[in-house]
Amino acid sequence: MSGVILSIKDLQVSYGGIEAVKGVSFDVHEGEIVTLIGANGAGKSSTLRSIVGLVRPRAGQIVFDGEDITGQDTTNIVKKGITLVPEGRRIFPDLTVLENLKVGAYMRRDRLDEDIEWVYSLFPRLRERSWQAGGTLSGGEQQMLAVGRALMSRPKLLMMDEPSLGLAPIIVRDIFSIINEIRKRGVTILLIEQNANMALQTADTGYVLETGRITISGTGAELLSNEAVQAAYLGT
Amino acid sequence: MEKSRKKLNVIITAAFLIALYALTILLDAVIAPTSRMYMLITVIQKSAVYALVAVSMNLLNGFTGLFSLGQAGFMLIGAYTYAIFSIPSENTASVYQYYDAVVTFSFQEAINGLFGLEATAAPGLILGALLAMLLAGAVAALFAWLIGLPVLRLKSDYLAIATLGFAEIIKAIFQWAKLGPLTNGSNVLRGYTRLSDFTFEIGGTSVSFATFVPVFVASMCILLIVLLINSSYGRAFKAIREDEVAAEAMGIKLFKHKQMAFCISCFFAGVGGALLAMFMNTIQAAQFKSSMTYEILLIVVLGGLGSVTGSCIASFLFIACSEWWLRGLDSGSFLGIESTIFRSGFRLVVFSVIIMLVVLFFRKGLMGQKELPDLFRRRRKPAAAPASAEGGASK
Repeated sequence: MSGVILSIKDLQVSYGGIEAVKGVSFDVHEGEIVTLIGANGAGKSSTLRSIVGLVRPRAGQIVFDGEDITGQDTTNIVKKGITLVPEGRRIFPDLTVLENLKVGAYMRRDRLDEDIEWVYSLFPRLRERSWQAGGTLSGGEQQMLAVGRALMSRPKLLMMDEPSLGLAPIIVRDIFSIINEIRKRGVTILLIEQNANMALQTADTGYVLETGRITISGTGAELLSNEAVQAAYLGT
Repeated sequence: MEKSRKKLNVIITAAFLIALYALTILLDAVIAPTSRMYMLITVIQKSAVYALVAVSMNLLNGFTGLFSLGQAGFMLIGAYTYAIFSIPSENTASVYQYYDAVVTFSFQEAINGLFGLEATAAPGLILGALLAMLLAGAVAALFAWLIGLPVLRLKSDYLAIATLGFAEIIKAIFQWAKLGPLTNGSNVLRGYTRLSDFTFEIGGTSVSFATFVPVFVASMCILLIVLLINSSYGRAFKAIREDEVAAEAMGIKLFKHKQMAFCISCFFAGVGGALLAMFMNTIQAAQFKSSMTYEILLIVVLGGLGSVTGSCIASFLFIACSEWWLRGLDSGSFLGIESTIFRSGFRLVVFSVIIMLVVLFFRKGLMGQKELPDLFRRRRKPAAAPASAEGGASK
């Protein structure tokens, strides 16, 4: 494992008077898959949204690649190499698959052919559907498209918000094998999941988030065998 | 293959436009003003103007998903800007009867003066009118930028109401007596360069370009809008329409792009307003009622939100119906049938029924989000599809 690519220090996020994240600190190392798990309302999504600049943190510091990016706008952060796959996929339903991918590369001004080819090689299904409207794809294909679209910005760090949401178990397994595949190509991955079992099996490092604070941390395997985690999130 | 296809598209478009321009000049030469078919010329002129404004509205409502109802207001700004800078000095006194005019020259005569030509010579007329049209668009875009600052933070219905309100405010301001020296208050502006002034002596015969001018300007503007829509900016607009959160997460600056779409749309609405002024011979702020916006909205919806060719086709059909084909319903005899129910106002009843039928049977307008060429392309596709369909249930 090499250096720290993303470092979060004492991050606090609040909406109006409600504190969603109450001082979270963690590091993401380059080339790792890191997962945050936790129940609804634990502050997982808020954490990701504040990293990519969709929400302004109330306090704390976000350092990416040695640079403080706290409070910068999303456009800059995407340019620096962080991309979020939003919760619930949120592909553009009336744009074709190809157009969806091109929008993902909006911040870039160079040629896209190679990247489109790369995404198509990761997801051959998308190549077949290239001219189809995004909204006509199945749920699994839409998730692939959402991931592919995010990869088009050539991120160093790819963040995923609940990639398994609403998908059949067999497709969830596909998605996670693709996540591994993407990591092999040198992209660091930070993902949040309610499907803790699958996430922890894939992840190098895991953090458990409870009501806005990190309560347990360790490697994926450690957390899988942790009794408290098992009782709360793995249902065994 | 992609490249040769693009080349083909360019050739087809160019050929189509040249044929269209030739047709307009031909029609102008062939159809005499006394002929019954002269209505066709009027319809083509007006529908070209409406097509441009409809496409500009479509850019906003159909492609960027911003529901704006300010179009008539921006057309007004364009029309006035054009008229004010196109009234030659000899007409100024008679037009501005009650005020001391501020702008006492026209671009047309100024440009001719620059080249030492007489005031009504052709080169200055053409360049001056073009310059005035550009300025018309620019002023409309400037107003759009200012109005956009507060208004574009609103969404859907709220945005529609706010823009509608601004259009009304603009209408009121332009009729304000204090602005009389510039806008002639609530009186009409006239005496500027009209469509019928574009008649030139070529080789001894006089050729009328009265239909060519609006068709040419509108088609060039529409072409620019199409190029914009197909660029990466166009994709960003569509992404904003589909899902603002996802678009933002891709790094697209929402406000900046909305502001851009709004200004560009209003620029072309301003140019459309200038053309409308040329078409109507006289203009007055009171003519730019909100019902004008609704007519254009109707054209956009009938043609299909998100279809440029749809807007153009719908614009021609709409203008032809309301100005020409259904006229008989108001005047006693329609398609050779004489009846007493064909009296004033009946046309609008029939018109409304037609619109209802179209909306019922073409839910997404005549073209949906498709363009005219897509309709021809579709027939070829099924032959190529089966090869790649094994991946699952293809739609």
